[in-house]
Amino acid sequence: MARQPYDGVVVTVPVTVPYRRYSTNTAHWWVGRAVHGVIQGAGLKSADIDGLSLSSFTVGPDTAIGLTQHLGLSPRWLDHVPLGGASGVVALRRAARAVQCGDAEFVVCVAGDTNQVDSFRRMLSTFSRFAQDAVYPYGSGGPNASFALITRNYMKHYGATREDFGKICVAQRDNALKFPYALMKKKLTLDEYLGARAISDPIHLFDCVMPCAGAEAFLVCREDRARSLGLPAARLLATIERHNAFPEDPIQYRGGWALDIAEFYAMAGVTADDVDFVQTYDDYPVICMMQIEDLGFCAKGEGPEFVRSHTLTADGSFPHNTSGGQLSVGQAGAAGGFLGLVETVRQLTGEALGTAVPDALVGLASGFGMINYDRGLASGAALLAGGTA
Amino acid sequence: MTEPLARPKRKNPLKKTRVPMLPQGVRSRTALGLTAAAAEGRFRLQVCDDCAAVIYPPRDACPRCLSPRLPFKDVDDRGTLLAETTIRTSTDVYFRERMPWRIGTVQLDAGPSIVAHLHGDLSEGQRTRLELKLDKSGQAIAIALPAEDTPNMQDDPQWRELTCDPKFRRVLITDGRTAVGQALAEALSEAGASIVFVGIADPWKPFAGEDRLRKLERVEIVALDMTDTISVNECAGEFAPRVDILINTAEHVRTGGIIERKGLTVAREELEVRYFGLTRLAQAFGPVLRARGADGVNSAAAFVNLLSVYALANWPAYGAFSATEAACLSAAQSLRAELRPGGVKVVNVFFGPLETEWYQAVPPPKVAPSALARATVRALQQGLEDVFVGDIAEDIRARLAVNPKALERELGS
Amino acid sequence: MTSPDLLAFAGAIASGEIEVVDLTHTLTPEFPTIVMPPELGQCAPFRMEEVSRYDERGSAWYWNNFSMGEHTGTHFDAPVHWISGKDLPNNSVDTIPPRNFIAPAAVIDISTQSAADADYELTVADVLAWERQYGRIPPRSWVLLRTDWYKRSGRDYVNMREDGQHSPGPCPEVVRFLVEERDVHGLGTETIGTDAGQAFHFNPPYPAHYYMHGKGRYGLQCLANLDRLPPTGSIVVAAPLKIRRGSGSPLRVLALVPRS
Repeated sequence: MARQPYDGVVVTVPVTVPYRRYSTNTAHWWVGRAVHGVIQGAGLKSADIDGLSLSSFTVGPDTAIGLTQHLGLSPRWLDHVPLGGASGVVALRRAARAVQCGDAEFVVCVAGDTNQVDSFRRMLSTFSRFAQDAVYPYGSGGPNASFALITRNYMKHYGATREDFGKICVAQRDNALKFPYALMKKKLTLDEYLGARAISDPIHLFDCVMPCAGAEAFLVCREDRARSLGLPAARLLATIERHNAFPEDPIQYRGGWALDIAEFYAMAGVTADDVDFVQTYDDYPVICMMQIEDLGFCAKGEGPEFVRSHTLTADGSFPHNTSGGQLSVGQAGAAGGFLGLVETVRQLTGEALGTAVPDALVGLASGFGMINYDRGLASGAALLAGGTA
Repeated sequence: MTEPLARPKRKNPLKKTRVPMLPQGVRSRTALGLTAAAAEGRFRLQVCDDCAAVIYPPRDACPRCLSPRLPFKDVDDRGTLLAETTIRTSTDVYFRERMPWRIGTVQLDAGPSIVAHLHGDLSEGQRTRLELKLDKSGQAIAIALPAEDTPNMQDDPQWRELTCDPKFRRVLITDGRTAVGQALAEALSEAGASIVFVGIADPWKPFAGEDRLRKLERVEIVALDMTDTISVNECAGEFAPRVDILINTAEHVRTGGIIERKGLTVAREELEVRYFGLTRLAQAFGPVLRARGADGVNSAAAFVNLLSVYALANWPAYGAFSATEAACLSAAQSLRAELRPGGVKVVNVFFGPLETEWYQAVPPPKVAPSALARATVRALQQGLEDVFVGDIAEDIRARLAVNPKALERELGS
Repeated sequence: MTSPDLLAFAGAIASGEIEVVDLTHTLTPEFPTIVMPPELGQCAPFRMEEVSRYDERGSAWYWNNFSMGEHTGTHFDAPVHWISGKDLPNNSVDTIPPRNFIAPAAVIDISTQSAADADYELTVADVLAWERQYGRIPPRSWVLLRTDWYKRSGRDYVNMREDGQHSPGPCPEVVRFLVEERDVHGLGTETIGTDAGQAFHFNPPYPAHYYMHGKGRYGLQCLANLDRLPPTGSIVVAAPLKIRRGSGSPLRVLALVPRS
């Protein structure tokens, strides 16, 4: 059965609550700021919000339902999306269908997390059952150690070098220097990247995101509602989602996108060549490279060569993570899974806060995450378009 | 190449002793199947009863056919090390103190990928064999070893952290009067212990093998009577900080069920020597052992109980004795939990009838004291927790696992 | 007849005119006990368990529980202890008439002979020779064998070899003689046991126990300081614990010795 298009569904009101390294505020506070930002930005009232999707690692013991009472919302559509870096894409595609079918009119999708001095350590040790049983007891190096193994394997098989990964990180940092909310504000050179201290070989300091507190959000509604409110919006062309893909791969070297990529572009009616910018999920540069391959921009194994032969800044030949990505902006927990989508909407509605990608008409936001044992299980991607509604 | 362990220098008395930390010890119930395997030195993973898939990490439904029948079975331990990483920073205090720490992804020939600790002599791309071992938290982890033994491999720091190797450690054998105690003294001296203290009670009573015991290298006789609280406390007062491995060889074996042995004086003695003796040792030596679990190369490592296998299932011919051994086993289990915060392992070595005078009328197979000594040393070198020595002990263990009630009848017939 | 002046007696003790000599070893866990063959019942050694010591178990006090056998340390043997005395009247520690806990003592010195021969046996000739010097042993006297064995400790005290204990004691004939011809109160020794270490091989085995208890007489063992007593003239106070149907008990043995 062919995938039904997302006719009439738009994404609007991109909101970022400025990140902070550490915060004594709760996730509830951060989520509240983001929801307030969307309602105000849309010119609506709380009573108008009839759909809510929440993603957060630190809002426990609450889930989305607790936040309805906490924030004074009475939605008729509610979702809790605990998918980390894939949260944005998954929240969007569920909200889109609800709006499309009339189950809800204005859905706020929000991701927010606090970060306290021991938040990260506590989260790591109880992240998943498999991590508890089969990963954390092995050196407790966290995702850095797990992705170091993936990185090492990928480098061995496809000849990627640290310089290749460094190029991605340096370009993202250049993008971030113009982005007002980025926590990393200093320029990064390739030498600094290469000489930085090792975290878990071959991963070094600048391969790792900085965990922080923050929130990101957007509004999903019908195109005519957005127009009547005077809101610039991006149209949703296609989405894919896939979890626990390729379970027989001994070490992860490809993600779920590879299984559904043809359907993705077919549904959108565009090809990879039509994409003006890509926001990959950048927990580690090796995953950026995998996404570049699996999202159809080059063949598997050609990621290193692709990176070498393109410029990845917002004004480059392959604009990538144009606000700086998590590697330079910071990873505010689940908000990291929204960061790329929010930047995509800004770029496509002419509201880029940093460098604007010239003539951006089609943007791709990709999500990935939830390392359960030895690999990221969740993946997804969304294609959006700007221009005239 | 593993650097051979250097004999530790005398401890700097002005330096604070490192407090023992433990790696994360929380495991799901199903994952405790690995702990059971590691305790005995077996390599076992879940194997689906319905589709034969070999599964890791442990779980509650087969990922291939969704069957819930996933018993742990012995599995081929060979594989290839696909990728490795050296972790240099951790939020966990235990590992932070032990950086850098190597782990890797091993693909087992049997199927699954296993994230494992790496022995220093194993490199990426090489063939490996995995072992399940108990780490300091008392839970199972996998360590990948070189496919063939390498020189000094037992001195690898990650390996030593997982075992209780007597090399360069100081041992206390609580009773040297017995053949087992003497065989152990010799075996531990040969295994590289820096000193073996051997406890002797009632020095006015001569005993067989005394001359030979006194002549063994690195063996020192100390006064220790496990039926006397004052004696145990005084011995601990003098020696506890210098004991890294304590082996309780106290022996009191008499025939008879609980009706048959008229009166309670023999039972009292039995309990004094075996159960209260263990309690005294635990109280006198336990706290210091627990505090010294991370105290360098010769850290406190193990409290070893030699237990009759009839602690697990009563043999009425030695019925009262079996009951006392059962009390000791239960106490040892408590001790295991009480010493765990120090990362000190409680090792229970189970054996059937011995080739000693109190089992004289029992037909073979019986365990020779030297064989028991060798098995105990090996258990320490391998970091095992539950060890069964000899044919009878293995037999009892196997029968217990299948049908304890049948075993009760068989032993009682 | 005037009643005895006990106040003068007390005064003499207080002033030292009458010396009180402690014939008792301190009860400690290290003190050896008699060792029976392993398959037989054993005598419990002395053991102490602290109950509290000005601590969380009892803030202002210190006390212990202790355990031992009836025949541990310096101790008294009652006639019921032996098969030969089992049916006699008043034969247990709780039924022995209390006046029998105070009696004169004749101290026979065989220390030189014992030093030369650990298995030395006291003979009738030894007793007769002693009597020629010190007079006939009065009836109902303790006969105490001074061997200086109490000065030994540990291995030398027990003197256990492959064929058992080796320590001095009476031969069968002298025991019968003392009981039947001298009506002695009981036999006291510094060794473990009123009998010689090798008395199992005598005829009858353990003659001191057999004949003494068979005639309703008593035993005292593991005594100390017999070398501080004169051959005659001492009074021994030896009152065992009043244990119901007890075969004996550890006790404090005191000798009252007039200063010459």
